[in-house]
Amino acid sequence: MRNRNGWLIGIVLLIIFSLWIDLSKNIVIYNPFNNTPIVDRDVNIKLGLDLRGGLQALLEADVPADTSVSAEELTNAKNILQNRANALGVSEITMQTAGDRRIVAEFPGITNPEEVVAALKQTALLEFVDMGTTPVAAGTTIQTDFGIESPAATTETGEIIYNTVMTGAGLQTASVARSETGQYQIAFSLKGDATDLFGEYTTTHTNQYLAIVLDKKVISAPVIQSPITSGEGVITGSFTQEEAQTLAVQLRSGALPIPIKVVQSRTVGATLGEESIRKSTQAGIIGMVVVILFMAFNYRMPGVIADLALICYALFTLMLFKLIPVTLTLPGIAGFILSVGMAVDANVLIFERLKEELRAGRNLRQAIDLAWSRAWSSIRDSNTSTLITSAILFIFGNTFGASMVKGFSVTLALGVLVSLFTAIIVTRTFLHTVLDRIKLAEHPRWFGL
Amino acid sequence: MNIIKNRYLYFLISLLVIIPGIIFMGLNWQQTKTGPLQLGIDFRGGSLLEVQFEGTRPSVEELAVLYKDFSTKTQPLADPVIQSLDGNAVSIRSKTMTDETKGLLVAEMETRFGSKVIVQNFTSVSASVGGEVTRAAGWAILFAAAAILMYIWWAFRSVEHAYRYGTAAIIAMLHDVLVVLGTEAIFGYYLGWEADALFLTALLTVIGFSVHDTIVVFDRVRENSNILRRVEYEKMVNHSIIQTLDRSITTQLTVMFTLLALVLFGGDSIRHFVVILLIGIFSGTYSSIFNAAPILVVWENREWTTWFKRKEESVA
Repeated sequence: MRNRNGWLIGIVLLIIFSLWIDLSKNIVIYNPFNNTPIVDRDVNIKLGLDLRGGLQALLEADVPADTSVSAEELTNAKNILQNRANALGVSEITMQTAGDRRIVAEFPGITNPEEVVAALKQTALLEFVDMGTTPVAAGTTIQTDFGIESPAATTETGEIIYNTVMTGAGLQTASVARSETGQYQIAFSLKGDATDLFGEYTTTHTNQYLAIVLDKKVISAPVIQSPITSGEGVITGSFTQEEAQTLAVQLRSGALPIPIKVVQSRTVGATLGEESIRKSTQAGIIGMVVVILFMAFNYRMPGVIADLALICYALFTLMLFKLIPVTLTLPGIAGFILSVGMAVDANVLIFERLKEELRAGRNLRQAIDLAWSRAWSSIRDSNTSTLITSAILFIFGNTFGASMVKGFSVTLALGVLVSLFTAIIVTRTFLHTVLDRIKLAEHPRWFGL
Repeated sequence: MNIIKNRYLYFLISLLVIIPGIIFMGLNWQQTKTGPLQLGIDFRGGSLLEVQFEGTRPSVEELAVLYKDFSTKTQPLADPVIQSLDGNAVSIRSKTMTDETKGLLVAEMETRFGSKVIVQNFTSVSASVGGEVTRAAGWAILFAAAAILMYIWWAFRSVEHAYRYGTAAIIAMLHDVLVVLGTEAIFGYYLGWEADALFLTALLTVIGFSVHDTIVVFDRVRENSNILRRVEYEKMVNHSIIQTLDRSITTQLTVMFTLLALVLFGGDSIRHFVVILLIGIFSGTYSSIFNAAPILVVWENREWTTWFKRKEESVA
């Protein structure tokens, strides 16, 4: 290793950098020329819901299982839900699509999960439904064919399934207006392609009934008096001002492209989370101290060096958690603590090999080089298998919105990668640095021989 | 030390651990009718509500009556499973309920029992999602096994009969899966431990670790099979196990230390998870030394052709 000093300097710089990140809550780097910040990042550690308390809800498209949901529809629904949740004044919410028909919504630190879920569930699926020539009273619940691939004329119980002409997704704006007689009504305008569709439909179906249906409930069913080709129309009905206002808001923000239902929800109280953090941190520190003592006792001088590498490992991993950022969950912490044990394994493999080579009578430099090169194949293959498992866990957790499983796989995989670096490069650099200053022949006991 | 010589003894020990587990899986199946483990709501669907009462805790019967009062045709909640926890807390498992119902239920608890109620934990999973997760979990394990088998086959391609190494590693892995499932079944039967998403995480970690350990031993076999060409296969494998024994024990100990710290100081919520990990990882080390490597020898000698002959001899 000719550029050993290069490695040493690099590692020391990395340690300083990671200490800086690990100990700060917020990093700001100023441009020295004009004193404006180039980097301004919050590097607080992100805690999962199980640690800080809050609500996690798994939402699913409420359409028959054989109906496919397009990625665009799902993303749009997610964005609308996000807006709706933001309107509740809840901070730091996250929403992610999971698989091809689900959305994971997380609300850290909230205390009123029922209200949040209720607000999300107001799907307000607006449909314009073809009623043919039969009028239907407002307030009636009807079946529509929206979201069904090849609809039958009636349901199994004999209810008529009406044809949905257009959904709220075609709406551009909706606002409260008053008619000439002073009644409240909702004026709406349509998007470009919806205008064409609506124009064509109203032209061919003049004098028939068109029901405006919200969540399968008829709001009003006016007669199409004349073709509406301008893309502007009004919904009339016997609304109070408040009702009209609510409906307009629902139409504007609530016209989800697909109906959504809650299939899973988790609420964790904040006190439970605090206790978990405290206990896991305590357990982590105790576990680490025991491992450090054990390594030093078992391998003497190389063990102490491996301990230094282990401390580097903890510093670097924490830095990555903060920079990426990785959301820490309880299983995530377990994954991290577990990977401390695994990080040591690479060093154990090398040191056992080192002992063997020294016993075989090689000189120290040769023995170190041989130990590293011979232990490498087993370190590589065993860690690859752990990475494969992590990847499969990650996919599983991601598809099902199981953020606990996902958190565990991420921390385990990161732990494995960082431990490869610290066990192989950091330990070796440190060991050579120390060896430049001592002679083994004088101190064989330092190597446990 | 000759581990290979006593290989059938070690296989027997494995069987003695696995068979009771399988029996308990059967008992669980008979009891729950849903599967070999007491499945948690993550897999089965349902609701889990953990609440803490600031005042006095109502009795189990009172809570059961409350649930019955809230039970409707579309949301049957009667006959919940109620467990008392430390510090005036209870956990109540029932069929799936919505967040709305939960809100009403907790409000009713406060008025009926005259004590402030703190919701520590509420999880609700619909039955369909639960079933889907169970299937996906099965696929995840199969897929992981297949991917690891392929990888080992590829990594050992330079050795004769590379597929044997992959297969032996998978058999040792299945051994560990059975030990973990069996342990969970026994704890489930006696202590009511339920397999949840965390249990699955533990199981998959054990799979990763098991293969990790086996590869370290096999790596030495791979190396020695090139150096010690003249040595008998059996002796060479035994030598490889002995050479890696120090490392196996040391690594096992370090992982045990960290996991034990988690069991003792890590809090209730992950104790179940860590205990399963601890047992699984111990099993993983055992199986890599006492099962995986001996299987290579059994295969090399094609010993199954003599299994029944031997019996005849002993009878004679």
